[in-house]
Amino acid sequence: MTVGIVVFPGSNCDRDVAWALEGCLGIPVRFLWHEERDLSGLEAVVLPGGFSYGDYLRCGAIARFAPVLEEVRSFAERGGPVLGICNGFQVLTEMGLLPGALTRNRDLHFLCQNSELEVQPGACRWLGTYGAGERISLPIAHGEGRYQVEPEELQRLEDQGCVVLRYVANPNGSRGDVAGLTDPMGRVLGLMPHPERACDPITGGLDGRRLLTSLLG
Amino acid sequence: MPLFNARVQVSLRPSVLDPAGEATRAAAARLGVEGVKRLRIGKAIELDLEAPDRATAQARLELLSDRLLANPVIEDWSLDLSDAG
Repeated sequence: MTVGIVVFPGSNCDRDVAWALEGCLGIPVRFLWHEERDLSGLEAVVLPGGFSYGDYLRCGAIARFAPVLEEVRSFAERGGPVLGICNGFQVLTEMGLLPGALTRNRDLHFLCQNSELEVQPGACRWLGTYGAGERISLPIAHGEGRYQVEPEELQRLEDQGCVVLRYVANPNGSRGDVAGLTDPMGRVLGLMPHPERACDPITGGLDGRRLLTSLLG
Repeated sequence: MPLFNARVQVSLRPSVLDPAGEATRAAAARLGVEGVKRLRIGKAIELDLEAPDRATAQARLELLSDRLLANPVIEDWSLDLSDAG
């Protein structure tokens, strides 16, 4: 029952995710360097936050070509759970595993604050333990978290139950208040908030624990 | 008053290292696009400007490009000005 954590040059939340999973929750982890191709024995994969490859060109645009992500794509296609947090969410959209794009926050500021979220488990398999409309609080820390998508596509996502996390008070101008999104199969989840930063009582807030634990069903 | 369209292209000066351009060039190869020998990332700024005549528009845009849109220490700029249709 090991979770893989992808490490790109410029990732900076990989160790936070490892601490949350292994240190706080007792779930073993294995770091996957961006050139790694061996995902054997992993139950789930996390793409952590940070600034992969300096976020040159666009956030996640260069990371998309990392060798490890070819394997992550196959892993997801086989039904393996993939969680993208913050920069990881941006990478998932650049890869096309999730639709839309994440752009500069509406007010141009980097936002670092707690954020109240409404959960709609919808299509996401591993959010099934949450009741519809349940509220949780997780930290956000991003400059480019404004979710962009065409209105018709957003409607399709809503209809398919893909919008699983919404901001109660939209901080960044995201279309449809989208904070987190799953694919129609419910095996890939991308979110801008940081569940790994809400797992240790020392740093306050424990709402991330259930979300990370449920990754493993 | 006449309306003009302008497009200002801001590029890094050749002597300035462009790590973002290099990273993007490497990604091009990973996409399978061969033969990209040089890739530099700049900015294109499009704007509409009202001015009494073309010469005034040109002068305003040159000031804007040189003092705000580009930093001449590290960047070159070029200006493309046209009458709005």
